[in-house]
Amino acid sequence: MAVQKLPLAKALNESLRKALETDPKVLIMGLDVGKLGGVFRITEGLQKDFGEDRVIDTPLAESGIVGTAIGLALRGYRPVVEIQFDGFVFPAYDQIVTQLAKIRARSLGTVKMPVVIRIPYGGGIGAVEHHSESPESLFAHVAGLKVVTPANSSDAYWMLQQAIQSDDPVIFFEPKRRYWDKGEVDTEAIPGELHKARVAREGTDLTLVAYGPMVKTCLEVAEAAAEEGKSIEVVDLRSISPIDFDTLQASVEKTRRLVVVHEAPVFFGSGAEIAARITERCFYHLEAPVLRVGGYHAPYPPARLEEEYLPGLDRVLDAVDRSLAY
Amino acid sequence: MTVESTAARKTTRRSSGTKRTASASTSTTKKTSTRAEAVATEPELVQLLTPEGERVQHPDYDIDLSAEELRGLYRDMVLTRRFDAEATSLQRQGELGLWASLLGQEAAQIGSGRALRDDDYVFPTYREHGVAWVRGVDPTNLLGMFRGVNHGGWDPSTNNFHLYTIVLGSQTLHATGYAMGIAKDGADSAVLAYFGDGASSQGDVNESFVFSAVYNAPVVFFCQNNQWAISEPTEKQTRVPLYQRAAGFGFPGVRVDGNDVLACLAVTRSALERARRGEGPTLIEAFTYRMAAHTTSDDPTKYRRDEEREAWEAKDPIQRLKTYMENEGHADAAFFEELEAESEALGKQVREVVRAMPVPEHMAIFDNVYADGHALVDEERAEFAAYQASFANGEAE
Repeated sequence: MAVQKLPLAKALNESLRKALETDPKVLIMGLDVGKLGGVFRITEGLQKDFGEDRVIDTPLAESGIVGTAIGLALRGYRPVVEIQFDGFVFPAYDQIVTQLAKIRARSLGTVKMPVVIRIPYGGGIGAVEHHSESPESLFAHVAGLKVVTPANSSDAYWMLQQAIQSDDPVIFFEPKRRYWDKGEVDTEAIPGELHKARVAREGTDLTLVAYGPMVKTCLEVAEAAAEEGKSIEVVDLRSISPIDFDTLQASVEKTRRLVVVHEAPVFFGSGAEIAARITERCFYHLEAPVLRVGGYHAPYPPARLEEEYLPGLDRVLDAVDRSLAY
Repeated sequence: MTVESTAARKTTRRSSGTKRTASASTSTTKKTSTRAEAVATEPELVQLLTPEGERVQHPDYDIDLSAEELRGLYRDMVLTRRFDAEATSLQRQGELGLWASLLGQEAAQIGSGRALRDDDYVFPTYREHGVAWVRGVDPTNLLGMFRGVNHGGWDPSTNNFHLYTIVLGSQTLHATGYAMGIAKDGADSAVLAYFGDGASSQGDVNESFVFSAVYNAPVVFFCQNNQWAISEPTEKQTRVPLYQRAAGFGFPGVRVDGNDVLACLAVTRSALERARRGEGPTLIEAFTYRMAAHTTSDDPTKYRRDEEREAWEAKDPIQRLKTYMENEGHADAAFFEELEAESEALGKQVREVVRAMPVPEHMAIFDNVYADGHALVDEERAEFAAYQASFANGEAE
């Protein structure tokens, strides 16, 4: 059956299974990815079916995981690394930034680095410190890396396939609070381009741009606004490096207003880059400055306060109203 | 270079591996808290050729080289030193922005490098000019990054010699991952990972010990302890002799006289064979000395005494082999004269190639950032090209 309704987590699992079946060079590496199937069960059953040689429980050292993945890639393998939580990627940040991102340029193009680093990210699950962060701009800032994030099951399945097939290192951010959301996956479809944005809902009065976990929030905002007679377009960016500015520009030229929504802190967040570039591209079309809704310049708060910190329906609607009031 | 018979080596090595593990852990247990005592318990180096050029025996390691092979090692060391001196001169003349000299470490690099097979793989730091030489990397290729025309720029797969890695210790993890891949492929190649006494403090080096031990990866860690991490002496990095750290990770460690090319060759070959047999990693600490500055930007007179350098000059790796070969009649005057001429020719060639090395075309900034392309790079490339073209058209005055 080509079309299945799957939770996002299961779509990722099926995607990894497909990759392991298709290409004998694909490896899965990380903490607890074997018997346990990962703390979010994304790799469930894979070690049983593909063996310990291909689905590898690693020592508990993130730099070691990424560093050895680089070595395996040099040997011709295509490692898919799982970092257990967003806040645990930093021990590997050096390997990712100084090595993984740069070895191709250092080699004058003679070396490929087909490594995927999967990172469950974002908040909303009531977790302890370091389990709810959104560090995507720290990676988007680094040339040599690509950064993508799916918002639904179909994209989870297909974008992971495409990331694994890419000869470039891809940081694959998974919206952990959407892991259990179900969506249709057509495993025989012809997928769209990995780095192309998608208009998730059409509208005429204002564009909301988001990615990952905030796409669902923005679709809810658009639904609520529709009840008040406001027509909101939602663009799911899907890729944060590169960003498909053409799709976004076309939307803003139509709606003339843009609000960027992400969980990451607003300060130096991807919204800043989007606001600057869209202002430059759409200066004569804009009826209002590009507004941003996101996290604050404070450490991610304790779980009991996270609903205040995260952009929710009301905070996004407030920004929509402010934009429309110009 | 093939030297002794495989069968003969195997017996020695198997026992030596075990002995080393045992002795390492014993020494660690005896270790006490003061530095003076730590030094007192440091064991002897594996040495096969004394600083005076006298051939000595070691119970665990032996080597039997023909006169031709000895001359080969000598030639490698002399040419490497000549190349290194030329590079230092080129930096002083302003032709290179920087140079990291290997002066004094020729035996450690040539000895270990000559233990490799073609299908083995090397992960260097940025000072392994001698290893690059024995791998067949064109020495002038090493100078591109120091002249500022690239960041490395050779294809690592041509000579199984990875790119120079400047961030300390990062490459030890790449080496371990590569070795894990060799094991997955069922091949019997091995990996040689270089690092120094300073990098031994890095987390990545210690993580590479963990990973290689856990996966029994066919990798040999070759630590050139040249006594100085820029201005910091080894005692700022460790309270135990570095090779003894291996015991804590569960694999053998051995300290070798890093200025003895024969011992470095014998010990590295033994460790590589052990890796090939599926017995896992080995840590070799080559005890040597950085005779020159850390790089041409450094001033060692600010932190170390001339007496120390002079003491190590008496242990020079090249002179001791020369003395031995002369005493044993392994080389005649003609050999040394021809080598001198070859050295000068190499220096001249390096000089000419470097001076003629072209500055890359400015659009090269955007090359090879990605394998599959990237929209932003394409956009910025086009902007930059248009900006440059505007000068050519005289429109951007």
